[in-house]
Amino acid sequence: MENNKSIVPVLKIQNLKKKFGSNLVLNGFSMELFEGENLVIMGKSGSGKSVMIKCLVGLLKSDEGTIEITGKNIKELSQKEMNSLRTEIGFLFQGSALYDSMTVRENLEFPLRTYKEKLTNKYTLVNEALESVGLAHAIDLMPEELSGGMKRRVALARAIIMCPKIVIFDEPTTGLDPITAKEIIELMKDIQKKYNTSSLIITHDVDCARVISNRMILLIDGINYAEGTFEKLSSSKDNKIQAFFK
Amino acid sequence: MKKPLDFLNNLKSFFIEIGELSLFAKRFFKESISRPFEFKELLRQCFNMGNRSLVLVGVTGFILGLVFTLQSRPTLLEFGAVSWMPSMVSISIVREIGPVIIALICTGRISSGIGAELGSMRVTEQIDAMEVSGTNPFKYLVVTRIMAATLILPLLIIFGDAIALFGSALVENLKGNVSFLLYFNKVFDALKFSDIIPATIKSFFFGFAIGLVGCFKGYNCKKGTVGVGEASNSAVVYTSMLLFIIDFIAVFISDIFFEI
Repeated sequence: MENNKSIVPVLKIQNLKKKFGSNLVLNGFSMELFEGENLVIMGKSGSGKSVMIKCLVGLLKSDEGTIEITGKNIKELSQKEMNSLRTEIGFLFQGSALYDSMTVRENLEFPLRTYKEKLTNKYTLVNEALESVGLAHAIDLMPEELSGGMKRRVALARAIIMCPKIVIFDEPTTGLDPITAKEIIELMKDIQKKYNTSSLIITHDVDCARVISNRMILLIDGINYAEGTFEKLSSSKDNKIQAFFK
Repeated sequence: MKKPLDFLNNLKSFFIEIGELSLFAKRFFKESISRPFEFKELLRQCFNMGNRSLVLVGVTGFILGLVFTLQSRPTLLEFGAVSWMPSMVSISIVREIGPVIIALICTGRISSGIGAELGSMRVTEQIDAMEVSGTNPFKYLVVTRIMAATLILPLLIIFGDAIALFGSALVENLKGNVSFLLYFNKVFDALKFSDIIPATIKSFFFGFAIGLVGCFKGYNCKKGTVGVGEASNSAVVYTSMLLFIIDFIAVFISDIFFEI
């Protein structure tokens, strides 16, 4: 992805700092995500990965630093503009976060409701998204009737229903058996190709990182400690880096 | 030395919480008058709260009227004042006992339900998911629930009062051979607008308190699944306290305007 340096990134984070009380979680983290790229961020539990992506979508406010999404600095946006920008970002939560009082169809229709899509168009979009994840038959089921893998697929369908430019995956394979995890990874690749999205993937899963990443960042001590391809980082002699690949 | 410090810290957190609750209420008023309005969700919440509480309120109201009449009867008989039973029961139930008891029952049913529902939505990141999808979860989840509780509680109280009076009439019919027609004639003779209006206005505030505290506790739930239990539990405790405070203020104000 070296040639990407010449193009404008869809997402740019500079010197991001975030503190909880006296605990400094992010200490000047910087990164860039380019169009069509799959960027994997790895880090130990508590290293600030989730805090970083929450700052990214405005769920948390950073103490310092700038975040630019498609060229817009999110700190300068009004709530309305931020909500509009959020439609360009799909988010797959670690626990799927499906609305458990709604059917699969209603879960997928929920992000569309603000934008007053015509009902027929809504129906087509929901069906298309569900077909993309191979769950068209589950449209009228409740989340409680779905398995863990199916929930993750529905959550993925919900993340892409607005045809976002960026999809953020928070631990997409955590809690899944190896076969289902592999299916989810394949699905992520297919969706990335179909919708031409840029993906930011937070994971602990080395297999997932190896299969899906174009580039990786290791988040250690609140900073971008190391950056490069999977092959480059996995062959590093640095003990801190090696610890991730053992 | 530790105990006075603990007490001061608890007092401090109590006042902080009151401040946060006030800001939450302020946000509710601000969001409830701005577009888009979530009418469909509001109706769904009204239906859920009303429908699910109807049997509970009905049974409570019936037993309340029944027991109240059975307990009062011997004393009134002793003084030869049993003919005052419909007036006494109706005024007590409509003015005070009905609204307070039914509001307390609904606190356990509605406020704890909202606290647990929103709390579990918070800890499972469903509220975050709504926010990330560009929707305003406060408007969709909180405004609709508070409004629904405010609108539904007066209706539930009127229903509960009616059932309580029916329970009372049933006792009088069985024990004192008083016809239902005569009983309800006496009830309507005794009741004045000055009894009904303050009680009805008060019940809107009760509904508001039930919705507000339930939503506040659930929406700000922390500490995972333990937090959900705490949210639900503290929603009931805080709402119950708040109901008595509102009741006291309401009686104080109605005393000025309606000369009890």
